[in-house]
Amino acid sequence: MSYYDPKDLRKFGDITEWSEELGTKYFDYYGKVFEDGALTAREKSLIALAVSHTEQCPYCIDAYTKDSLQRGVTKEEMMEAIHVGAAIRSGATLVHGVMMMNKVNKLDG
Amino acid sequence: MTKIKTQSLHKRHSELAQANRQLEILSNGIFRDGELPTFAEKITETGQFPLRPKKLEVLQINVGYMCNQVCEHCHVDAGPDRKEIMTWETMEQCLEVIRNTGAHTLDLTGGAPEMNPNFRRFVDEASKAGIQDFIVRSNLTIIRANKKYHDLPRFFKEHNVHVVSSMPHWTKGKTDKQRGDGVFDASIEALKMLNDVGYGLPDSDLRLDLVYNPSGAFLPGDQASMEKDFKKALMEDFGIQFHNLFAITNLPISRFLDYLIASDNYEDYMYQLVDAYNPSAVANVMCTNTISVSWDGWLYDCDFNQMLELKVDNKIQHIKDYNESLLNNRNIVISQHCFGCTAGAGSSCQGSVT
Repeated sequence: MSYYDPKDLRKFGDITEWSEELGTKYFDYYGKVFEDGALTAREKSLIALAVSHTEQCPYCIDAYTKDSLQRGVTKEEMMEAIHVGAAIRSGATLVHGVMMMNKVNKLDG
Repeated sequence: MTKIKTQSLHKRHSELAQANRQLEILSNGIFRDGELPTFAEKITETGQFPLRPKKLEVLQINVGYMCNQVCEHCHVDAGPDRKEIMTWETMEQCLEVIRNTGAHTLDLTGGAPEMNPNFRRFVDEASKAGIQDFIVRSNLTIIRANKKYHDLPRFFKEHNVHVVSSMPHWTKGKTDKQRGDGVFDASIEALKMLNDVGYGLPDSDLRLDLVYNPSGAFLPGDQASMEKDFKKALMEDFGIQFHNLFAITNLPISRFLDYLIASDNYEDYMYQLVDAYNPSAVANVMCTNTISVSWDGWLYDCDFNQMLELKVDNKIQHIKDYNESLLNNRNIVISQHCFGCTAGAGSSCQGSVT
C-alpha cells in the first residue's frame, strides 16, 4: 500500500471539519485565485500543473492534469509547462554551482 | 478520406450493446452499496423529485443510427453497420406532429441524419411547417464523404436549416483520436464550405453552432471560455467562423460507458458527476422541455433515454398516437446517467443549461 491514496483527493474538503474557519478561508482563497483575472483560468491551470510537478504532489498532478484537459489544453502544452518547471528547478540547482566555484576559487584559487 | 476508428458495440456483439446491461451497471456497484447516492435520491434531497416536464419547446427526431463515422464515445453506438433507419411512413407521422406542435424547435439527429434516403424529402416538408428553429445535427464529414453530399451546405441554406456540428477540439490530434483519422481535415473542409455559402458569419442568419464534448474521462470546461479558444484557433489557423459553441458532458452510456469501464475510469467519472451535481441545472435539464422520437417512432424523454430504451412513462408512447397535452402529464424517467446533465453548468443538446 502506498502512502498516497488517489481517493484521498476527494476528501480534501474534509480538512475544514477540524478547523472550520481556516479551512473555509483557505478554500475561499483557493477558489478566488483560480478565477479568470489578469490571467485566464486556462493559463492559471497550466501554471498550477507546472508547480504541481516541481512540488511533486501526486494529488495536484492528478487534479491539474484533469483540469487542463477540461480547459482544452493539449498534451504538448502540458509537457512544455512541465519543462518550464523542470528548467527552473534544475536551474536552481545549477546556479548554486557559482557558490561552489566561488568557494573553490577562495580555497584553492 | 476519413478512416473508421472502431466498430459499434452492436457489430462487436458487446454485452454493452444491450440497454438492460447498461442500466444494470448504472444501478449496481457504487450506487447499490450506498457509496454514491442515486439520481432519484439526489434530486429528492433538493426537492426536485419526481422530475416533471415544463412547456414543450424542442421536438428531437432521430432519423436513424447509420453513420459514416464510428466515434469513440458515441452515445448512439452509431456506425455504418447500423441499419435502424426511419421509414417514410414514420416520417409522415412525424410531419403530422411537426405541423401541429407547440414546440418552437425541431431538432433532427442520427447517426448521420443525411444518410437516411428520405432525409431531403423530409426536410423539404418539415421546413414548410414554419417552425422557428429547424436544427440538423450534421457531423460535418458527411458533407465531404461522397459527391452526392457536397451540395448539402446549399441545401441547408435553401431550407434555412440551423446547422449544429460536432467538433471535439481545434487541433487535429485530439479530434482524430476521438472521431477517426482524417476527421479533422474533412471537418475543416466542410466548415469552409458552410462559411462559403454564408453559414456562421457574424451577421448571418444562417446559424452554425459547434458542439464540443470532452475526448476522455473528464468534464467539459466553461462553455464561454472554450468558445473563445475555439473561435480564436479556428479563425487564426483556417479562417473559419461559427456562432456558438455548445459544451456537452459525455453521459456514461453506450460506447462512452464501454470506454470508462475498459480504461478503469468508471468510478472516478461517476464521482466527478455526482460531486459536480448542481440543483439549478436540474431545473433546466433538456428532458423538461424536449420529446425525443426514435427512428421507429417511439417517444422518449431525451436522446439518452432513447438509447437506454427507457420510453416515456405515459400511455402515449408512439408518434402515431402523439398528443402533446397528454404527454406533458408524465414523470420523467431517470437513472444514474442523468447525473451527466446536472453536473457543473449542466449539459443538454443546446450546451450548458445554467
